[in-house]
Amino acid sequence: MEALIANITELLAENTIFNAQTLGYYGEGLVTTVQLVFLSLIIGLVLAIPLAIGRGSKRKWIKMPIFFYTYVFRGTPLLVQLYLIYYGVVFVEGIQDTWLWLILERPFYPALIAFTLNTAAYTTEIFHGAIKATSRGEIEAARAYGMSYSLMMRRIILPSAFRRALPAYGNEVIFMLHASAIASVVTIMDLTGAARFVYARFYAPFEAFLFVAAIYLCLTFAILYLFRYLEKRMLAHLKPASQ
Amino acid sequence: MKRLLGVTLLGAILVAGAAEAREYDKVRFGVDVPYEPMEYRTPDGELTGFDIELGNALCAEMEIECEWIVQGWDGIIPGLLSRKYDAIMSSMTINDERREQVLFSDPYITPPSAWFAPADSNIETPNAEALEGKTIGVQRGTLQDNYVTDNFGDVARVSRYATADDMVLDMDAGRLDIVFLDFPIGKATLLDSEAGNYQVVGEMITEPKKYFGDGFGIAFRQRDEELAAKFNEALATLKENGTYNEIYNRYFGNNNQ
Repeated sequence: MEALIANITELLAENTIFNAQTLGYYGEGLVTTVQLVFLSLIIGLVLAIPLAIGRGSKRKWIKMPIFFYTYVFRGTPLLVQLYLIYYGVVFVEGIQDTWLWLILERPFYPALIAFTLNTAAYTTEIFHGAIKATSRGEIEAARAYGMSYSLMMRRIILPSAFRRALPAYGNEVIFMLHASAIASVVTIMDLTGAARFVYARFYAPFEAFLFVAAIYLCLTFAILYLFRYLEKRMLAHLKPASQ
Repeated sequence: MKRLLGVTLLGAILVAGAAEAREYDKVRFGVDVPYEPMEYRTPDGELTGFDIELGNALCAEMEIECEWIVQGWDGIIPGLLSRKYDAIMSSMTINDERREQVLFSDPYITPPSAWFAPADSNIETPNAEALEGKTIGVQRGTLQDNYVTDNFGDVARVSRYATADDMVLDMDAGRLDIVFLDFPIGKATLLDSEAGNYQVVGEMITEPKKYFGDGFGIAFRQRDEELAAKFNEALATLKENGTYNEIYNRYFGNNNQ
């Protein structure tokens, strides 16, 4: 590893912009971006499953609050949500003295909260649509077998709904990766934050942003590949039989 | 014949070029607001501040028209190079890194940088030891950012903000232990507007030159040497006839000179 770093340092000796320090910033930025996006997607996914089921409930008092939540978070820009959660909360009197401040003091958690709530709202709607699209025949058959609501949900509706939701959810994952670029406005040194730092320090927009764009492309490619693999496996039964 | 045509064409181009270089009846300035008291908006939206008043005085001295174009700091030099405006007068410190991109006028003011901390802060002398583990606020891409990043980036956490406003907000919120700012800016935004809450910590800092350069200059595109020379001439005149001092004292008072 050290030999590798020494090698790279030597290779970049002539380069004023991409030196060991700025590459270090890009490296840390990559880690931060992946952490932020991965964590918010995982938590968002866990939140979205019960919310999507509740969103389709017949009971108004379950359905309406969830609809309101997804409406608000899909209806406002993520940047505004991030500003409210990071800068807005400090206007709550005395918040610095509560345990909440431990979470809100550093920019990472406010960003994680904003991203999680945002992606959970979109994912809820994606899953809700997929659940609603379950074919009538499957539900009627399940009922005819005497399945209870929860058993039907678990065995029939959710497994097929998740499969149907997969392509749309893959899109949401990529959107989330790209939306995470706004984390740098609340001083987080994510990939875009590192690029903006290099841009502001060396006045080199092309070098700074093309480099970071290439990293985002690589990440997107990895996500695409993962989802293509998943779709191939999970949606195999929907393909026409091979000749 | 061909050669004669070539010489004529070359001559025509030279004449046209010279004519173009002479005509400066209007200069557009790029400026990043707010950066009190150097450039900011009055409550009714007018641009004002030391840079704006001095810039207008310079234009009046040269008898040309001035226009101010607001541009975020991150993109202020690219904006000049892509001809969105002809000059930058926005508290820009002259240094070698920027000299590779732009041509500077003579320095028109040399303000020091200073550390500002909450009044109850326990940091007495900001050095690597005292700042260990602290969170330092700077404006992204400023020389203060470079200074702090290079000297304390390993021991402290550096928070970089797009605007001074965001930084003050986070300082008020208690997210920052200390900030490093141009002294006039820090005086206006932290000492004057929130009297008693903040203090200057340690000495004013103007060295080393590697970071702090030669003071603030007006930046031009490198080929506009003639325009820069005219501004230098006008600046010298204003310093001589007292207009410069009058503006300076209005913003910084005699005690900061």
